[in-house]
Amino acid sequence: MNRQHSVGIVTPQVAHFDEPLMLACGRELPSYDLVYETYGELNEQRTNAVLICHALSGNHHAAGYHSAEDKKPGWWDECIGPGKPIDTTHFFVVCLNNLGGCHGSTGPSSINSATGKPWGSDFPPLRTRDWVHSQARLADRLGVDCWAAVIGGSLGGMQAMRWSLEYPERIRHCIVIAAALKLSAQNIAFNEVARQAIESDPDFVEGAYQEHNTIPARGLALARMIGHITYLSDDAMANKFGRDLRSGSLDRGEVSNAEFQVQSYLRHQGNQFSGSFDANTYILMTRALDYFDLALEYDNDPVAAFRHAQCSFLVMSFSTDWRFSPERSREIVNALIAADRPVTYAEIEAKEGHDAFLLPISRYIDVFRAYMLRVRDES
Amino acid sequence: MRLDLSHIQRWIAPESRVLDLGCGDGVFLEFLRDQRQVRGTGLEIDQDYITAAISRGINVIEQDMDEGLSNFPDQSFDTVVLALALQAVKYPERVLDEMLRIGREGIVTFPNFGHWRCRLMLGLQGHMPVSSFMPYTWYNTPNIHFCTVKDFEDLCLAKDIRIVSREVVGETGDKPMLSNKWPNLFATTAIYRITR
Repeated sequence: MNRQHSVGIVTPQVAHFDEPLMLACGRELPSYDLVYETYGELNEQRTNAVLICHALSGNHHAAGYHSAEDKKPGWWDECIGPGKPIDTTHFFVVCLNNLGGCHGSTGPSSINSATGKPWGSDFPPLRTRDWVHSQARLADRLGVDCWAAVIGGSLGGMQAMRWSLEYPERIRHCIVIAAALKLSAQNIAFNEVARQAIESDPDFVEGAYQEHNTIPARGLALARMIGHITYLSDDAMANKFGRDLRSGSLDRGEVSNAEFQVQSYLRHQGNQFSGSFDANTYILMTRALDYFDLALEYDNDPVAAFRHAQCSFLVMSFSTDWRFSPERSREIVNALIAADRPVTYAEIEAKEGHDAFLLPISRYIDVFRAYMLRVRDES
Repeated sequence: MRLDLSHIQRWIAPESRVLDLGCGDGVFLEFLRDQRQVRGTGLEIDQDYITAAISRGINVIEQDMDEGLSNFPDQSFDTVVLALALQAVKYPERVLDEMLRIGREGIVTFPNFGHWRCRLMLGLQGHMPVSSFMPYTWYNTPNIHFCTVKDFEDLCLAKDIRIVSREVVGETGDKPMLSNKWPNLFATTAIYRITR
């Protein structure tokens, strides 16, 4: 592990909830666990708490290391830690694995107490608002009445926006990075191909693969490969791999197939992911993403929706992000302007595509840091 | 504070809403917030300025006004400020229209190209004016639409824009009465409060 500017070794905690949670789909979750990590200290006035919402395949391990032998820190270690934009010497940072996840919070791979078997695909479908409500209960448990900021990238940004509407009095700043008001048909199409890849794997067994002691590893790997392409930009892939060959050649007279570097990279990404992620969770998360539509119950008017918010907003986008492009972020910003909400917007020049929100891009870090200092001063 | 800004701050009502087009490092909106409880928004394209404005706690939008301002609703601000930026925009006429659509009032400041020094350099020396106030060479300047006090007032007349008040800033050595009496000749900066 690298101790510099790190929160160091962190231990996940579990909060168990016995009060049933009424879900947007109409079903009720009788009890559930949420696994979470915290970094920094909650101050006496309890005004310095920050909630991190994770994206599609994220989890509660946002920063630091689980052991001294760990080589890789949490997924957002670039932005969370002492001296980093989300500075843990000032903020009490909370990150949880969302409900329906597969890293310790109750989800499809957990045991359904009513049947004694894993939930599998019978786990209730979730919406972004369900996550927000469960996060609010965790906030109650931690003694946080009002978040200094709720922060998220991609699907995490959508949760942050939902927070601003569902609990306007419990959030002072909403930070929305590389997100959108709702998915486009193209976004949904990519998610559908990913789901089809999983569901058409014979080892998926209609979601009951745990009972059959199988894992739809090929389908899940394929789903991840498709997703991964949408996280990178054309430029980023060109820079990283170009047309470099890993094996074989394109010479005349060459019979065997050549393999490009990008092929083996994608396969590696896919295989790694399928060994550490649950297929039913992936389906559940992509559906929640597809269903998200911030303004749906506000007459499809994002301006009317944002009039319910009371917090200040920071919106950031990345120039080569084609999954949630700057244009989609500008829709958020323009709705906020029209709703007369305080908003700051920065469009970061970056060649890395959607993935940029996880990377240490200097202007991104500068803007993020400057805004978080404002959050600190106002908390 | 820059001289044109210290003039125009008096025209901005306490607790009003102000849109500052080309807000720079946000120092003016910060002043208005702290001294006048103004709710301000800034527009800027320079990356360093944007970070500086955020550091001051200013709400700043990264947006190029040459690409339009249609995302701002009609009459959504009390005052829209365009300080020393008119000469740098692609379509000054369109920006003026947009300012008065978005705001009840507009405040415009610009360097007066009719100043006697400019005339001297162009008329006698035959060179495009370069001075401490307009320090750019013609081939490398953000300023693409220079005008004079007279030009601006002609445009306002033609567009039915009402000039509520005018102030001028002359050279520091000059007596203010010179630039007040003959603004087109002695004003270095012209400051207008306009409405429709």
